[in-house]
Amino acid sequence: MSIISMNNVSKFFGDFQALKDVNLDVALGERVVVCGPSGSGKSTLIRCINRLEAHDAGDIVVDGTVLTDKPADLEKIRGNVGMVFQQFNLFPHLTVIENLCLGPRRVLGLSEAKARERALTYLDRVQILEQAEKFPRQLSGGQQQRVAIARSLCMEPRILLFDEPTSALDPEMIAEVLEVMTELATSGMTMIVVTHEMGFARRVADRMVFMDKGEIVEVGAPEDVFTAPKSKRFGTFIKQILNH
Amino acid sequence: MRLVSIFAAFLLLAGCSNNWGWYVVDPTTTSGWNNLKFMASGAYYTIILSLTAISISVVVGLLVALPGLSNKRGWRAFNRTYVEVVRAVPILVLILWVYYGLPALSGITLSVFWAGVLALSLSDSAFQAEIFRAGIQSIGRGQYEAAQSISLNYRDTMRYVILPQAIRRILPALGNQLVYMLKMSSLVSVIGMQELTRKANELVVSEYRPLEIYTILVLEYLVLILIVSAGVRWLERRMKASDT
Repeated sequence: MSIISMNNVSKFFGDFQALKDVNLDVALGERVVVCGPSGSGKSTLIRCINRLEAHDAGDIVVDGTVLTDKPADLEKIRGNVGMVFQQFNLFPHLTVIENLCLGPRRVLGLSEAKARERALTYLDRVQILEQAEKFPRQLSGGQQQRVAIARSLCMEPRILLFDEPTSALDPEMIAEVLEVMTELATSGMTMIVVTHEMGFARRVADRMVFMDKGEIVEVGAPEDVFTAPKSKRFGTFIKQILNH
Repeated sequence: MRLVSIFAAFLLLAGCSNNWGWYVVDPTTTSGWNNLKFMASGAYYTIILSLTAISISVVVGLLVALPGLSNKRGWRAFNRTYVEVVRAVPILVLILWVYYGLPALSGITLSVFWAGVLALSLSDSAFQAEIFRAGIQSIGRGQYEAAQSISLNYRDTMRYVILPQAIRRILPALGNQLVYMLKMSSLVSVIGMQELTRKANELVVSEYRPLEIYTILVLEYLVLILIVSAGVRWLERRMKASDT
């Protein structure tokens, strides 16, 4: 039973076709890692899942709801789908705890005490409890990204999307973010992760998706695709990534 | 403060020449003191009028700015038309039109005060709308996307995420508008508003010492505006402190 189902999805930016008839099904609890060269459409793919981009053709069904512009459907889907961004996108004028409480308070209608309690639980889970009262810019990049993950978790989504979550981080901070993501994966969260971290992919992914020029070129279990890539394009890509 | 005292010292020196007759506003004589009190009594209406007008124009400006950011052409057209038309009318003309024209047109007669408030706030709202639009547009896309990803609706996104950041950025511009408003309130004297300029004019008519009286008038505006500037700077510092 798939929780996300994309059928013949296409997306255009002007004349440029970012997605070409993409088909992808993700099962509940599955961890999917999406990789591919820049401009291959991998970010667009996951941004279509919570409709930060509206697809132009095909259909996307998330948790039984067909993606349209209907506000009620959008709200339902976005409540179930969390997203972590490359640039963190924390709210800079709010403290860490306020960043976390905003959604639960305004969208889920939790009381202040309940929202706070929930926020502290997730801050503890991403191991950053002591920073609750600070502002985002007082934190390191790795800490900010963990706050962003906690902010998504506070909405208690069924699916988490990660859009290159470690690409804007200094090397020494990548590990702490990947560690949190690995812990999430083992807890059974459905995750779609766009990343170049192949070590993480190998450890965590149930399935690898390789994209190039708006198409899904190769799909398979990490142990299979890494050792014996079926397509030439993926083989070349893997070699470049692993040898650099 | 130093600026004011230098200016005052300069005037006192200039006052040694026999073109000046400072007796008219000499606080050590009864009549001079009474004249000064008479002039200063206009400050009440200058301040109340300006503050009332800017409070209204900020709200109206925001309400006009938001449709300007819509992706619907009709809303944007409304914003452009409002800004272009209102901005094109000289404030003095607007004051005269509201006070003498509006009653003839609609049968609504406004008091001098409310005619002044209406004209000043209407005129200023077009500028406020442009300031808000620029401020809101300066907030990056990532903030909207983060708000969408936790399912915040448009109203909450504006209220809790976008506007608090935008207002911090446009605070210097808002301060400018308040200064501008204080100065433009002098124009309401033409319809008989008993504010600083009107009081000075009335005194000139009875005392025949325009040089001294208008000099005091200049000083009155200078003091008012320096106080406002200091207040705005203090607010800016405080807001900056709260998010670093």
